Amino acid sequence: MDRNTPPPAPPRKRLTAVDILLFASVAALIAYAGYRVNEVLVYQWNWSRVFNFFIRFDPDTGEYVTNLLLYGLATTLRLALWGTVLATIIGVVLGYWRTVDNLTLRILSRSYVELIRNIPPLVFIFIFYFFISSQIFPWLGLDDLNPEGLFVDNWLFALLFGDPALLSNFLAGVLCLAMFEGAYVTEIVRAGIQAVGKGQWEAARAIGLSRTNVLRDVILPQALRKTLPPLAGQFITLIKDSSIVSLISIQELTFMATEVAATTTKVFETWILVGAMYFVLCYSFALLFGWLERRAARSRR
Amino acid sequence: MLDATPRPLVQFRDVCKWYGDFSALHDINLTVHEGEKVVVCGPSGSGKSTMIRCINQLEAHQVGTIMIDGEEVSPEMKNIEKIRREVGMVFQNFNLFPHMTILDNLTLGPIRNRGASRAEARELAMHYLNRVHIAEQADKYPTQLSGGQQQRVAIARSLCMKPKVMLFDEPTSALDPEMIAGVLDVMIELAEEGMTMIVVTHEMGFARKVADRVVFMDEGEIIEVAEPEAFFSAPQSDRAQLFLSQLLGH
Repeated sequence: MDRNTPPPAPPRKRLTAVDILLFASVAALIAYAGYRVNEVLVYQWNWSRVFNFFIRFDPDTGEYVTNLLLYGLATTLRLALWGTVLATIIGVVLGYWRTVDNLTLRILSRSYVELIRNIPPLVFIFIFYFFISSQIFPWLGLDDLNPEGLFVDNWLFALLFGDPALLSNFLAGVLCLAMFEGAYVTEIVRAGIQAVGKGQWEAARAIGLSRTNVLRDVILPQALRKTLPPLAGQFITLIKDSSIVSLISIQELTFMATEVAATTTKVFETWILVGAMYFVLCYSFALLFGWLERRAARSRR
Repeated sequence: MLDATPRPLVQFRDVCKWYGDFSALHDINLTVHEGEKVVVCGPSGSGKSTMIRCINQLEAHQVGTIMIDGEEVSPEMKNIEKIRREVGMVFQNFNLFPHMTILDNLTLGPIRNRGASRAEARELAMHYLNRVHIAEQADKYPTQLSGGQQQRVAIARSLCMKPKVMLFDEPTSALDPEMIAGVLDVMIELAEEGMTMIVVTHEMGFARKVADRVVFMDEGEIIEVAEPEAFFSAPQSDRAQLFLSQLLGH
């Protein structure tokens, strides 16, 4: 055997006739289902009415203007942004507490996680909204916030928080989401911290680092790197879960879709369009995270 | 080489430790003076590692006193970090920080603990990397190095804190045979420079060459303390004889 010529690599897997047949039968099944629905429903499809709530052509100015569904999408993105920031803070703090020696902190964080994870999100949001936010926000003075004030009346504020008049409402939604998702992030962070070997703690303590520095310089960087994939998944879940705050009248995408469906009576078109919007949004983030992960893996070598 | 009255650096007085019902250390009495090199050996599970891990309180003892350079250490003490900075420790599995470069592994301690500037810490780190003959690897990550190189980096990382005493917990046990010599050479150099060292190891050649005393442990007790030549050629206790015959028997 010549040492310098390795045997040829096995051929790459390709679609066989059987695979094509399988795909064809799945496609046929979907087509048949579509046909049946059409037969039974006797439904007048009208996409343009619904599209108008996405982007509308204004005949007076001759320009295209954004409409309800895009406003809703913007609010969903704002919810996702602030929800993620807060949930991460909650998750890192409580996730660390789950691993400490101090019994009080462990009991507190464990109770929080168990309480939230064992209540349906809908029920939690109603309880939170009607009992807690109605108490906390007046106490924080958020209800008295002057919507006409200079503080809130600029484009940056509107970009980050939306309509100032709806601020306390928006914050209630963000807090709900963050508290809810924070419980799941807590468990991810806990698992990450516990996945860092005991030897790392010992080595860091042996060179005399303080508790804070052990955590900040040695443990958390490794824990968060290990948990990046599940954290990304949880972020996408948060975007999808943001639809439930529509029930406390936060005007995000699902809330707007309910309005549009009622106004146009075009229920199917509305929900299919909104479903597609969620899909594009979430799948884009999934691709982005996948790319970031591959890049991080490459740069680490 | 010893001064008239060498200072006691590490002292065990009647130290006991249990894991639940299991007695891990029993009535340990040992004093290690400045500049002294002590090799600790004994069968696995005999408490060697537990004993040296009590010195910097990675494990807490329950009874007795441990003094480092005249200061008592205990599980409840406030600034245990200060003591740990004076005690360097090298582990069997190196335990380098995998997310940092070799250089960052070395500079972390001086920067965080002593408020050294980046430049100062870097200079110090390069000095010790040179001493363990590995300066050219400074910008690599730990996983890119061989086991022997990683262990030498771990030694340099400890030295960066300028410790008064160095503890080695089976530093060559996890290494491939061809890597062991490089690590032992670094340890011998360190010993020749006068560092106080407590080494848990089964490397007989190292013990004969470097150790002032050999401590033999079994079942959590110190059975025998002797000069290496005396210990290896004529162990007094039955258990030490059995241990040595098993170690050298094949």
